[in-house]
Amino acid sequence: MEIKVLGPGCKKCHETEKIVKEAVAETSVDATVDYVTDIKEIARYGVFVTPAVVVNGGVKSVGKVPRKDDVIAWLTQK
Amino acid sequence: MKMLENTNCCSAGKEGLTPTPNHGSNGRSLTGKPLFICIPLLAAWWVIYLNLSPFADLATDGLLRLFKLPAAGHLGSAIAFFIYEVPKVLLLLTLVVFGVGIVRSFFTPERTRTILAGKRESVGNVLAAMLGIVTPFCSCSAVPLFLGFVTTGVPLGVTFSFLISAPMVNEIAVVLLYGLFGWKVAAIYLGMGLVIAIISGWVIGRMHMEKHLEEWVFQIQTGDNSVTEPQKNWADRVRCGFEAVRDIVGRVWLYVVLGIAVGAGIHGYVPEGIMAGFMGKSAWWSVPVSVLIGIPMYSNAAGIIPVVHALLEKGAALGTVLAFMMSVIALSLPEIIILRKVLKPRLIATFIGVVGLGILLVGYLFNFLV
Repeated sequence: MEIKVLGPGCKKCHETEKIVKEAVAETSVDATVDYVTDIKEIARYGVFVTPAVVVNGGVKSVGKVPRKDDVIAWLTQK
Repeated sequence: MKMLENTNCCSAGKEGLTPTPNHGSNGRSLTGKPLFICIPLLAAWWVIYLNLSPFADLATDGLLRLFKLPAAGHLGSAIAFFIYEVPKVLLLLTLVVFGVGIVRSFFTPERTRTILAGKRESVGNVLAAMLGIVTPFCSCSAVPLFLGFVTTGVPLGVTFSFLISAPMVNEIAVVLLYGLFGWKVAAIYLGMGLVIAIISGWVIGRMHMEKHLEEWVFQIQTGDNSVTEPQKNWADRVRCGFEAVRDIVGRVWLYVVLGIAVGAGIHGYVPEGIMAGFMGKSAWWSVPVSVLIGIPMYSNAAGIIPVVHALLEKGAALGTVLAFMMSVIALSLPEIIILRKVLKPRLIATFIGVVGLGILLVGYLFNFLV
């Protein structure tokens, strides 16, 4: 499973990354978590409010820090 | 399933994207609750607000008597100011943020983009500026947002109107101004901000500087990943309001309290008229200097208010002070650094120049009128 956290680097974006990593650790799902700050890549996902979370290529959350429960849901549903 | 029904919302499309059928209108237990809680809360708010003044007086009296301080003295008036203003401003802030949170649930960035795409300039500029007030974004989203608009058919000038209005004309600033200085100042700020956003955006649009975007911008293919959003019912929207309060007031309240403390100190201790020489109406150069000083400074709306308060109370002219405040908020170095990745230097310079000039002119206008 491939997870990307999109964000140019403000506090919310870091928080998102933290929550995602925690969720991955808690569910022990095999997933890589990448933190993408490059604007061009972010734009490519059609995301234009950050922070955003992409799981296996699908945009799951845009514009706010997701709740850990939600992240866990995405991880365990796929 | 339980997991998909969640209490946050706002800002943009989100978790309701997985194809399971029961997202969207939650027919679940959480649906009714926010609506019911809302009403007694609003009533409570109103009661507290109405009784603030007498209550604050009582509290101040009690405190002063406890420490045997004269009411008319410096510390006394500072304390009175603080005790009254803090709950008042926080209450106002909470209410307005809640209200705007609900309004925002109608205007996600996606929807904003759809509304603005393809509109003519001038109409588009006005719409964009107004939408900037209610569309939320954290400052780091300025660039992705800019890209998103520009690559999907929103004219450059219109996008700029949005980009200028969004950070500058925000409800926190308006509320704080209203709370501390009355509705006239707040309305002027709002009006000034919109006018500047509209005209600056329009001017930049007229200059046809599209080729001053970095090349890679033209190579973006926004996939059809447009995030579809689940329908929101009123319960969701009210939840958005609560979310907004928790998020924004939670982040900003300390700044507000500190700001009021500074304001209280200034109110109590600094002699009147001290700023009149420097920033008063008679000093014609005060407006451009204020705007220039404001450019490299950056603060959010909450943080700059105590400064505004200090300046106004001690004799600075209103137009000058508001111009300063706008310059600080709208032209921020961090945002410009980020924008540099998307805009070529000429366009950035134009952006700063046009907005700076706009703020300047409006500043002068108000000094002249008021």
